[in-house]
Amino acid sequence: MESVEIAAHIPRLRRYARALVGDGHRADDLVQDTLERSLTKFHLWRSGSDLRAWLFTIMHNVFINQLKARREFALDDVAEAALQSAPQSDPLEMRDLDAALRLLRAEQREVLLLVGLEQLSYAEAGKALGIPIGTVMSRLSRARERLRILMSGAGAPAVNNLKVVK
Amino acid sequence: MSNVTEFDLHAYADGQLDDARRVLVEAHLAHDAEAAESVRIWRKQNEMLRALYNPVLNEPIAQRLLDVGATRWRWPSYAIAAAAIGLSFALGWILHANQTDVLTQIATLPRRAAVAHAIYVPEVRHPVEVGADQQDHLVQWLSKRLGTGLKVPRLKQQGFELVGGRLLPGGGGPVAQFMYQDAKGKRITLYVSIRDTEPSDTAFRFSQEGEIGVFYWIEGKLGYALSANMDREELLAIATAVYHQLNS
Repeated sequence: MESVEIAAHIPRLRRYARALVGDGHRADDLVQDTLERSLTKFHLWRSGSDLRAWLFTIMHNVFINQLKARREFALDDVAEAALQSAPQSDPLEMRDLDAALRLLRAEQREVLLLVGLEQLSYAEAGKALGIPIGTVMSRLSRARERLRILMSGAGAPAVNNLKVVK
Repeated sequence: MSNVTEFDLHAYADGQLDDARRVLVEAHLAHDAEAAESVRIWRKQNEMLRALYNPVLNEPIAQRLLDVGATRWRWPSYAIAAAAIGLSFALGWILHANQTDVLTQIATLPRRAAVAHAIYVPEVRHPVEVGADQQDHLVQWLSKRLGTGLKVPRLKQQGFELVGGRLLPGGGGPVAQFMYQDAKGKRITLYVSIRDTEPSDTAFRFSQEGEIGVFYWIEGKLGYALSANMDREELLAIATAVYHQLNS
């Protein structure tokens, strides 16, 4: 029964969703929508291929649809602005990894988490997100640099560079 | 100096390089302090992400997630689902509410047990909440939470040792899951759920849930389900032993 096979992946889907959206209840909503969608589309999964990677693809699609519905793409620009002004905020707060992740663009956060947290290969991450490997690398690179800046607080020289840019 | 790219540095930090390339990058890092510092930071970021979110793996999973699929599996199309909802409303009026609950509980017991089995059996670091080394505490704790005295079968004769147990959310209340393992690392789980009603249905049944076979039965207020990915006859022998021990 496919629901049982899929259920074995619930803990990892929950981990990724929690890191992706932050809030526990919203993360479980994302997992639930992903599970429901995966069951209706299970006939499209090629038996023998990596079920977990396929589930991440579905979660990505559900996540993107939710973002569109909530217009969080627009909010990403707010996150950008927050990043630019990061040196003015409390550096201790900025050191909070979960809060820092919220300030990454969603597309960068996805790549960073699939690679860094879920330990997918770059090729698998690209497949899950429907992007070429070159795009995986450029998003990963930007995500890591931004995270470094956010976590380093006010003193890092790169932050001053950003201020100049602004 | 060398043709090491930023791609290589990320792939090195993420452990995604083959041996030949890895050696090349290591040689490069030895005299490029800036690159070495970037790699160190990226690795640290990965470690922090895992440290922050890995505990989610061990959290109890909300019943609403475990129940996904149960309805869809039985009603393959929305039309049938809609009809079924209408029908169950009608039945709800006709039958005593408790009676439909009982039917639902019996039908979902093997599936819930199989799902819980599938989720926790692959766990390497956190297969159980309380280990067999604290068996007295384990039994006391789970008995208290389920509100009834639980017995833990001994399956040494069948080649299985108790690993431990955990508490899970169930449809009608808390559920206990005991996990056993044999010398080869094969695991079986005994799922014990409490029911609010007390029908005398003790039939011994089998259900195949994907790769997982489940023997289940009802005994007074408790529903038992023994799950494993093994041959039906082999599982039957263990289930019989469990059944006899619980009733002796």
